Amino acid sequence: MCDQTFLVNVFGSCDKCFKQRALRPVFKKSQQLSYCSTCAEIMATEGLRENETLASLKSEAESLKGKLEEERAKLHDVELHQVAERVEALGQFVMKTRRTLKGHGNKVLCMDWCKDKRRIVSSSQEHAVTMPCTWVMACAYAPSGCAIACGGLDNKCSVYPLTFDKNENMAAKKKSVAMHTNYLSACSFTNSDMQILTASGDGTCALWDVESGQLLQSFHGHGADVLCLDLAPSETGNTFVSGGCDKKAMVWDMRSGQCVQAFETHESDINSVRYYPSGDAFASGSDDATCRLYDLRADREVAIYSKESIIFGASSVDFSLSGRLLFAGYNDYTINVWDVLKGSRVSILFGHENRVSTLRVSPDGTAFCSGSWDHTLRVRDGGRWAF
Amino acid sequence: MAQGSGDQRAVGIADPEESSPNMIVYCKIEDIITKMQDDKTGGVPIRTVKSFLSKIPSVVTGTDVVQWLMKNLSIEDPVEAIHLGSLIAAQGYIFPISDHVLTMKDDGTFYRFQAPYFWPSNCWEPENTDYAIYLCKRTMQNKARLELADYEAENLARLQRAFARKWEFIFMQAEAQVKIDRKKDKTERKILDSQERAFWDVHRPVPGCVNTTEMDIRKCRRLKNPQKVKKSVYGVTEESQSQSPVHVLSQPIRKTTKEDIRKQITFLNAQIDRHCLKMSKVAESLIAYTEQYMEYDPLITPAEPSNPWISDDVALWDIEMSKEPSQQRVKRWGFSFDEILKDQVGRDQFLRFLESEFSSENLRFWLAVQDLKKQPLQDVAKRVEEIWQEFLAPGAPSAINLDSHSYEITSQNVKDGGRYTFEDAQEHIYKLMKSDSYARFLRSNAYQDLLLAKKKVWLP
Repeated sequence: MCDQTFLVNVFGSCDKCFKQRALRPVFKKSQQLSYCSTCAEIMATEGLRENETLASLKSEAESLKGKLEEERAKLHDVELHQVAERVEALGQFVMKTRRTLKGHGNKVLCMDWCKDKRRIVSSSQEHAVTMPCTWVMACAYAPSGCAIACGGLDNKCSVYPLTFDKNENMAAKKKSVAMHTNYLSACSFTNSDMQILTASGDGTCALWDVESGQLLQSFHGHGADVLCLDLAPSETGNTFVSGGCDKKAMVWDMRSGQCVQAFETHESDINSVRYYPSGDAFASGSDDATCRLYDLRADREVAIYSKESIIFGASSVDFSLSGRLLFAGYNDYTINVWDVLKGSRVSILFGHENRVSTLRVSPDGTAFCSGSWDHTLRVRDGGRWAF
Repeated sequence: MAQGSGDQRAVGIADPEESSPNMIVYCKIEDIITKMQDDKTGGVPIRTVKSFLSKIPSVVTGTDVVQWLMKNLSIEDPVEAIHLGSLIAAQGYIFPISDHVLTMKDDGTFYRFQAPYFWPSNCWEPENTDYAIYLCKRTMQNKARLELADYEAENLARLQRAFARKWEFIFMQAEAQVKIDRKKDKTERKILDSQERAFWDVHRPVPGCVNTTEMDIRKCRRLKNPQKVKKSVYGVTEESQSQSPVHVLSQPIRKTTKEDIRKQITFLNAQIDRHCLKMSKVAESLIAYTEQYMEYDPLITPAEPSNPWISDDVALWDIEMSKEPSQQRVKRWGFSFDEILKDQVGRDQFLRFLESEFSSENLRFWLAVQDLKKQPLQDVAKRVEEIWQEFLAPGAPSAINLDSHSYEITSQNVKDGGRYTFEDAQEHIYKLMKSDSYARFLRSNAYQDLLLAKKKVWLP
């Protein structure tokens, strides 16, 4: 750092920027130089930065985290379930399986509904003829209903135009869109057939142009595999949420690629994230056997859905249309239905004979479908009985 | 059996992988199992039961287990407790003494607890050589209770073919195990034999049963010893022990850099500055939203005329496809501006209303920008130009009204011609429509008549 007690008024050419300025002596590695005041200041701050060790930065980050928690706690004046006491209870739920789909020869890993509310695409771990790779972990229906996207251990996301002509070889028309450096864990079309959002075991998410395969935006920030994502339901929305093995849920701005909010309260991998229908909150399901609700306006976890008797991880979550019910599929082969506002469990559904790996409510909310390692998909719905 | 005396846990659990998903579940189950066996704190009664001429040592009944689970884990429904019990059995922590199939029944069936040596948390991935030794040894012992089941006999035959060349080695190992076993006390042997069998029921399950050792492939790389040589259940070391056929996924461990932390600090500072709502406000908002939409939620309020999945009648979907919206649907347009924009029919009605007021350019601009964002990359530049010409250029036919600041930003953006060129402008127009045209539309006769079902929709 330069010694500022000796201000020698020398006017001349600065040793750094060579401009004609008032100069002062500066010591760099025991060599005396003459810098103008601007360059001297820059050198001083650079020196400061170099002196920042990893440890000092980490402790600064920790103290900021503490301050953030303090600030948020000030706004935590009540619990959601307390306010929700005045809401009428839901009563008994009876859910029936309406369809059991047995086409797969192996574990069902993923499914998605078509916007026509009737069709489903699902993927599994199998040696199917049409899809050239095993372990297809992610699949999505295009908004038009004319194509599907899928991928998995091949590290890619490919788009297949749908055809009802059985003679056509779907693999031939395949278009590789996304390329990651590790497995593809999730994919979703934006509100158009032309863009796909992907999540990968390489710790990143990415937005792709389907036609050209060009990367439009990438999202870095997760410290481990990203396992799931969900797009915000807004009409003008440009955000999405992702969950990963780093136990974090992160909200991203699609335009800038920046993370705008992050939540870290889970104790293990976050397997599934889904927005609350209004877009103001989202739910997550984790290997710590809990589901949680995070509100974006409070920037906080606002509810936790758990029970002593639920010890296996939640693999997949989705809301009913009004957001009152949260359906969660678990690795203990069951589906638990939660009252989102009151925090209590409304129903437990049996039926699958192995892990429930994927679960989605249909686009108009008339039913929900669950896929399992028992090779089947079940479409269920129910009616409410009053007390 | 290669089990050290007093060897409660072959491999300790206190290491970094404790937080891996499987281990979390194992820890919880082990906690439950330990409490269950603790008679000081109301555990399950473990008894020796007399049967014919012999005794059955160290067993519990299914009913006792189910009762205990209900009481200690606050489970109200016995079905749930039975299911949890079955899962704990399937994972390998408790087993029926007379069945290879690992389930729990709420009756007098006898169960035994698994020895900690065989607990799944020790991350056993026993090789087929171990299994071969086991099955071979079973055939050497002349006991009815050790007779091979059909599927086991088939497995043994297959293994004999696969390991034809080293069968002598396997046979010798099996003999060695039999010798070790003979030295043990009779009762202890009964218990150990059953525990060993239960271990193999987990790792080589009965055909048709769930193999609970199967892992989610995305989580595999966090196995305790993915690259190390496997340890044998019987302490057998072999030169050529094979790797697990698990797809080993490479993930370079990225250390946190100073830059990472600087970014984190910037992020945290931004979060501290963020204006947040109080929980009470947030709770009110979530409740209000849910209550407003409950009548539209088919899983809570039965859909009219019927839910197609229940009645097999698609009338509901046909009605939605038609251009005639129900009163309920029209009412929904009034919930928020987004609702009317989401609904094709609502959008059309709103557009007609604006056309009647000669102010439709705002909505048409908004729709055009939405459409722009859906275009493939190669078409974006062209569309940007078209939108600019139609709505914003001097003398544009459908000129929209933007403040000078937005106009400045937008005309700058147009030079780059990207997908987000009109974001700023679109946001302004959205807010304008929301506070002005949308509000007036809701008050208009056109909307009110629809809402009260006095008139039909305006048709094109």
